[in-house]
Amino acid sequence: MSDIAVRVENLSKRYRIGGPQARYKTLRESLVDMAAAPARRLRRLGQPSPDNETIWALKDVSFEVEHGEVLGIIGRNGSGKTTLLKLLSRITEPTEGYAEIKGRVGSLLEVGTGFHPELTGRENIYLNGAILGMKRAEIDQKFDEIVAFSEIEKFLDTPVKRYSSGMYVRLAFAVAAHLEPEILLVDEVLAVGDAAFQKKCLGKMGDVAKEGRTVLFVSHNQKAISDLCDWAVRLENGQVADQGASADVVRRYLEEQLGTEAVSAGHTTVVPDPSKPMRLRALTVLDHQGRQAGEVEMGQAFRVRIEYDVNRPTTSAHVICFFHTTDGVNVFGSGDADCSPERLGERKVGRYIAEFEVPPFILGAGGYSISVNLSIPFREYLDRHDSVLYFTVRDTSSMRRHSYRQRRPGILGFDLPWTYVNNEPVQHDQ
Amino acid sequence: MAEAAIEKTSTIVIRPSRGWVSLDLRDLWRYRELLYFLTWRDIKVRYKQTILGAAWAILQPFFTMIVFSVFFGRLAKVPSDGIPYPIFAYCALLPWSYFAGALDRASNSLVGSSHLITKVYFPRLAIPISAVLAGLVDFGVAFVVLLGMMVYYGFAPTTAALTLPFFLLLAVATALAVGLWLSALNVQYRDVRYTIPFLTQFWLFATPIAYPSSLVPERWRAWYGLNPMAGVAEGFRWALLGKQPPGPLLAVSIIVVVLLLIGGLYYFRRMEKTFADIV
Repeated sequence: MSDIAVRVENLSKRYRIGGPQARYKTLRESLVDMAAAPARRLRRLGQPSPDNETIWALKDVSFEVEHGEVLGIIGRNGSGKTTLLKLLSRITEPTEGYAEIKGRVGSLLEVGTGFHPELTGRENIYLNGAILGMKRAEIDQKFDEIVAFSEIEKFLDTPVKRYSSGMYVRLAFAVAAHLEPEILLVDEVLAVGDAAFQKKCLGKMGDVAKEGRTVLFVSHNQKAISDLCDWAVRLENGQVADQGASADVVRRYLEEQLGTEAVSAGHTTVVPDPSKPMRLRALTVLDHQGRQAGEVEMGQAFRVRIEYDVNRPTTSAHVICFFHTTDGVNVFGSGDADCSPERLGERKVGRYIAEFEVPPFILGAGGYSISVNLSIPFREYLDRHDSVLYFTVRDTSSMRRHSYRQRRPGILGFDLPWTYVNNEPVQHDQ
Repeated sequence: MAEAAIEKTSTIVIRPSRGWVSLDLRDLWRYRELLYFLTWRDIKVRYKQTILGAAWAILQPFFTMIVFSVFFGRLAKVPSDGIPYPIFAYCALLPWSYFAGALDRASNSLVGSSHLITKVYFPRLAIPISAVLAGLVDFGVAFVVLLGMMVYYGFAPTTAALTLPFFLLLAVATALAVGLWLSALNVQYRDVRYTIPFLTQFWLFATPIAYPSSLVPERWRAWYGLNPMAGVAEGFRWALLGKQPPGPLLAVSIIVVVLLLIGGLYYFRRMEKTFADIV
């Protein structure tokens, strides 16, 4: 028996837009259509069917997911991600193609599907559970867990229409999180609730993935995709535009969004602007061998080179680089005056080239961006470039890769030696 | 989802379907718990935030009965086959209000559940079926009033009363059969929503509720059964009030309902794949 959990072959879905069936129509329109149809069909004879009335939301998408794999699906709005999940969830039928799913499927296109505002939290847990495909006995069994996860014990017997939106979402996610299918299809459900709850949800998703369940995960959260998923598929106009290891797909996607080939080369330039007293010219990442590089090794130091112009003599200015993860977490910042306060004095007009070194084992594997601020601290920004350069930190250490299929998650990449306090294992006291 | 509850390694095949599809009632059976919860939800929610609550289930047929008794029974002197007019009318109004309510809710059920249809898979048949079943609670409440009236007018139930569940089933089947057609049509043509009030109004007068079917000439009476609610109304009166049995009229009603129901199920299943796209 093959180990394929989800097999998708040339799956396609066509929607009509602006055509006769675009919106629900009235009977009268339909009758008029019917009367006019023969004439129209005659006129159209021999002409190809009008393509402008239909749109392929999904076209010839094929891939296979093995049992226990976590597949991320990314792409712009309207690229067909949700259509794909809707087809696999059997909400709507494909126009062409074929898909096969082996195992119990649970799909979460949103949380709280079917919640009824008039019903209490308790009642909605049962209703929502049943809608998601849980058996009553299963809900009974997990009821306490769901309530604990949602943190709404006190309001269990209050109609959910009296809930705050945060409580509503927590309850909804709690039910969804306790669905235990073999294959889980998830769409953007993490984009709900406050930051703390989002973390909790991501954690829960991570648990699901670790339990060896098969997951198809659509998200805009690129960090979540590269952290949780083994590999990813990027859809573009309903077609598979890219697939591969999730971190790579995310990085290539970001590069494309920026539209700069310079990104992968580890170098970017900025158009000069003499009207500003100080102006960034170029930013470069140099690997441990001093080569311009879009990818650096986690176990090696790398350098960042900043070139900037001073167009008017400026005092008290500071040049700072910030490192962000691809989903926007600020990891650290470093400024040219941090260790040399004398640099806050006057800068003469001219071109400056500065470098600093990031030691090995600081940044964990993953994608990062660098933002540059030229500013007078606490007074004004002279020049500011957010996420002007992207680069990737690679982890080739066999040990860390050993425990994770792609890479070990985590922003920081310390390499910490462990010591054991005892050389011989201590015997259990029986 | 539920497949695995039956067997662990079931395979779901997703491919375009063409034309008429099988009813796949097995799938519906797997989702029977959902059917239960949807019905339960409809019942629970019905009278939330009302003062009179379940009394609404009684008020509607009861006041219609009073109006009918005054205008048709007292003023127009419509015959009632020797049965006191109020109980004569109420006995038929009871299944009728169930039917009219169930039909209305079933027809609007799919459009009203668009948020479910576009977000999660389950056999869509569960939606109109639960809408039809939820009305039975109201029927039960209103039935108690009928029992009270039977005591008041001195009608002792006979063995014929045992057939009552059958006539109720006939009313449920009629509501479901018509509801399946209309709910599926309503997804595509919202005209249906505006048609239903007229439809039920005309249908009410085409059904022997305010008058007995004996007003219809003998040789046409069997054809009167083409309106299945005629069979239901006369059946209720026969079962509880001891009129003569409905006879061939009932047979025609049953045939009509069975045909409508099978047709409705297949039509519904055929249209089902388009629901999520056009609702």
